[in-house]
This record gives sequence, C-alpha cells and structure tokens, in this order.
Amino acid sequence: MKLPGSEEIVDDLAFFDDWEQRYQYIIDLGKSLPPMDEADKTEDRLVRGCQSSVWLKAHRENGVLHFAVDSDAIIVNGLLALVMAAYNNKTPEQILTFDIDDYFQQLDLERHITPTRGNGLRAIVSKIQDIARESR
Amino acid sequence: MSLDVRALREQFPILAQEIDGNPLVYLDNAATTQKPQAVLDAIMAFYTQCNANVHRGAHALSDEATRRYEKARDSVAHFIHANSREEVIWTSGTTEGLNIVANGIAQRLQEGDEVMVTQMEHHADLVTWQQACTRSRAILKVVPIHDNGALDIQAFEDMLSGRTRLVALPHVSNALGTVNPIKKLAALAKQKGALVVIDGAQGIAHGGVDVQDIGCDFYAFSGHKLFGPTGIGVLWGRGSVLEDWPVWQTGGEMIARVSYEASTWGALPNRLEAGTPNIAGAIGMAAAIDWFSKLDLEAVQSHEKQLLASATEQAMAFDGLKIIGSAPDKIGVLSFIIDGSHPADVGFILDRQGIAIRTGDHCAQPLMRRLGVPGTARASFSLYNTLDEVDSLFRALKKAQMMLA
Repeated sequence: MKLPGSEEIVDDLAFFDDWEQRYQYIIDLGKSLPPMDEADKTEDRLVRGCQSSVWLKAHRENGVLHFAVDSDAIIVNGLLALVMAAYNNKTPEQILTFDIDDYFQQLDLERHITPTRGNGLRAIVSKIQDIARESR
Repeated sequence: MSLDVRALREQFPILAQEIDGNPLVYLDNAATTQKPQAVLDAIMAFYTQCNANVHRGAHALSDEATRRYEKARDSVAHFIHANSREEVIWTSGTTEGLNIVANGIAQRLQEGDEVMVTQMEHHADLVTWQQACTRSRAILKVVPIHDNGALDIQAFEDMLSGRTRLVALPHVSNALGTVNPIKKLAALAKQKGALVVIDGAQGIAHGGVDVQDIGCDFYAFSGHKLFGPTGIGVLWGRGSVLEDWPVWQTGGEMIARVSYEASTWGALPNRLEAGTPNIAGAIGMAAAIDWFSKLDLEAVQSHEKQLLASATEQAMAFDGLKIIGSAPDKIGVLSFIIDGSHPADVGFILDRQGIAIRTGDHCAQPLMRRLGVPGTARASFSLYNTLDEVDSLFRALKKAQMMLA
C-alpha cells in the first residue's frame, strides 16, 4: 500500500462512521509504513515515551527534507504515517506553515497528539519542526 | 459480610461518567485511586470555612485550620499504628518520603557500606538509593526475583552482610502486584543492624498496615493512592531513628532559633517539614483514612481478592495472553502482554472502549529488562471495581486482539 497524502487521509477518515473502522484504518496505515533499518535505530535517533518508543531519521536533498520514522507500537506507527503524510518530502517552509494541530483535529485524533500522551508523537512533531527551522 | 459495591460506587461521583459513549471502567488504581465524596467535601470545607496558614495564626481561622491539620496527623498515626503523632511526617508523596531517608543516609554512609534493594523496585525506590550510594561511595546491592515475580528470599538472606546499612523494598510491587513478606524480611535485616525502609505506595490502600508489627524503621506512602488527594503523603519513621535524622529542606516552620550566622532546628515532626505545608491535602488525606477505616476491611479484602481471582482466571483462559508476575502472594494488579501486540496498542484500543489501564514500563525499567518485556499492560483493581468490570476488560481485550492481529 502506497502511503496516501494528508488531504486524502482526511477524506478517508471522514468516510468512516465508527471508531473501529477508523482505528483499523490507522492500524493498516501503521503496517504499511516502511520499517526503518535496525541499524538506523540508534540511540541519538530515539525519542523515548514511557509507553512506546519512536525513532526519527532525517536528511536533506535539493531543499527537501526526507524522513524515516518507526515505532515499536503499531498504532503509533499509524499516527506517524499521518505525520509523514503531512511532513515527508516537503520543504522546510512547507513543514513550518503546515498546521499540524488543525490537521489532527480534522482527523478527530487530537487527543493522541497532546503532550500528555507518553507515545512520543508530540516529541517527533517538535523535532521535525526544529529540523525544518534549522534547515531554512 | 460482603461488600455493597453498588452503594460504595455511589460515593465516587467520577465513576458514573461515560467515555466515548461507554461507561468508564477505571482499572488504573495502582496509578491513582478515585476520591469519595467525603474527601471532596473535607477539602471544600477547609477552603470555604477555615483556610488560613497553620501554627502561626493569632486569629480564629488559623486556630481552626491548625486544629484540623494536626487532627489529620492523629488520624494517620492511628491508622498505621505509629507510636506517636511525632513519627508522622507530612510529605508531598511517597517519592519525597523516600528522598528524605535517602538524603539522610547519604550523609552517614561510608565508602564500602552496603544498601540493598530488590529487582522489582519502582524508580522512586531505586534511583534514590543509587544516587545516595554514588554520593557516598557505598555499594548498591540488588536482590534478584524469581521468574514469577516473587522475591528470592534465600538470596535476600545471603546478600545481607555486616556492612548492610539500609534495606529498601516495596510492600507491594506496582508493576507485578507481588506482596513481599516485609515482616520477615525486616526481621532478617534488623538482625544485621540495617535500617529497613518500606515503599508503601501500593501497600497502604489494601489496609491493615501496622508499622509496629512490620518492624521497619520507615514506611512511606501517598495520599492519592489511598482515596485522598495528590500532593500529600506521609513518611512514618521510628521515633528513635527520626530523632536525629538529618534535616531535609530548610526554611520556615522547621527551625527553633535563627540568627544571620546560624540556626538551630525545631522538634519533630516540624523539623522535617519546612515551609507552609499542604494543609488541604493533609485534611483530605485524613478524610480518606477516616472514610476507609469505616469500611469492613475483611469484606474489602475478600472483594479485592475475588476481582483479582476472576481477572487471573479469565487471563489464563485467554489465548495469546501472558500474565507477567504470578507470585503466590499477589494483590490488586494484573500485568500482561498480548502476543504480537505492543502494550501501548492494547491500551489505545481499550481506552477507546472506556477502559482505563496503564501501559508501559511502570517506572520500573530495570524490572522490565529483567523480565524481558518492553513493558506491560496493567489492570489494577480497587474496592469499587465490580466483577462486571473485569468481564468488560476481557471483552474489550478480545476486540483489541482482533483489531491488532
């Protein structure tokens, strides 16, 4: 399964009317997120949450930022796929102008991205934004 | 007499709500317990009737606040069978209580002295001693557990030595529910002349704690795991040990006489309680203790036993579920993993069905490594939970397993 874009995801999720279908969709997204090479999962790329861990690898090419992400939890991977749809292969400007909170609100998933959730998702978003700021 | 759980639940307003259209099933009691109306009323009454600072007032409100605050100390002393009210030190919670002891012992440890903890320690009862040992070049020894989560008593005995100055261990493991035979272990440690510190965070809410009977030197616990408010806890210390225990924080309330050059310390318990205390917290915690003490403890314990037995039975029959921690003496906690699923994922799907559990390392990373798991899902029960709620947990787990497969 090719990862869909952020607008497509918003449309897809709006189509489902019960939570089970929505979460199943996120789980399937999580399964289709390409796994990161074990060798790339180094300590300095690790964002530790107390519930699950997330790795982030970034590199810049021709003014565009490319990310690889992975988590040990499948739903977090699904949520990461949503984040990737918004941020991956975008310019720093595009990343910094994208309203991630509004996006998660549209997806009706905002409670997963609050700083209180120990899943590392918020930390990844902040880290991506930092990288974008530094690459401007 | 059996416990009237329905009537009990009515005293907890928070339990009546729905989460995403499902009735809330609160099974995260080892993290914090809910508060009965009596506790909420006591806190509200303090702020609406007599809010004032304690011990220094020249007016009626302060007198009344002081009276309620010090009466709260009496309630705690009575509840845990302290020798005297001066043995009850208010803290912000278990963690602060353990830090008061760790700070003191760090000043007394000599190079080569030994401090003993167990493999099942919560970080609060591990990092504290580890840091105290690092500061004083003492040696931290870690008593192993068996694979089922029970403490290796033989190893405990063998590892005690003439250099053991302090032994710290949990009354009940927060991650596994293992109940330690603290009376027996305290006696073994005392034979070697070691101080014994019990992390009572998980032990206190199951009732029947008698610090004299246990024979320990310190017992630390939190109000919020005992149906009281957050931000308040108690360090109980044996009078003879507390008497000259090194001061912790300095400031107001804890002094006798102060000049610009030097100060002398006041008497217990205030000597270890610098600054304006958490007055409302202490009063709320005492209200919780008074409320809890009126319950039929035997009925409470038998109900809790039933909840865990039912959960364990259903867990054992659940294909692909592995119970983490099956010590013979266990209370309040069912920790588990579902084959092929990360605990965080299980937690997500349960949450969506209104079931509150905790997932993760339970502030016990070394223990998780010892057990070879990244973390667990943990359902923890309290006296207001019902057998129906245990059934709901397993129905929701079935769904989680199907969705995550």
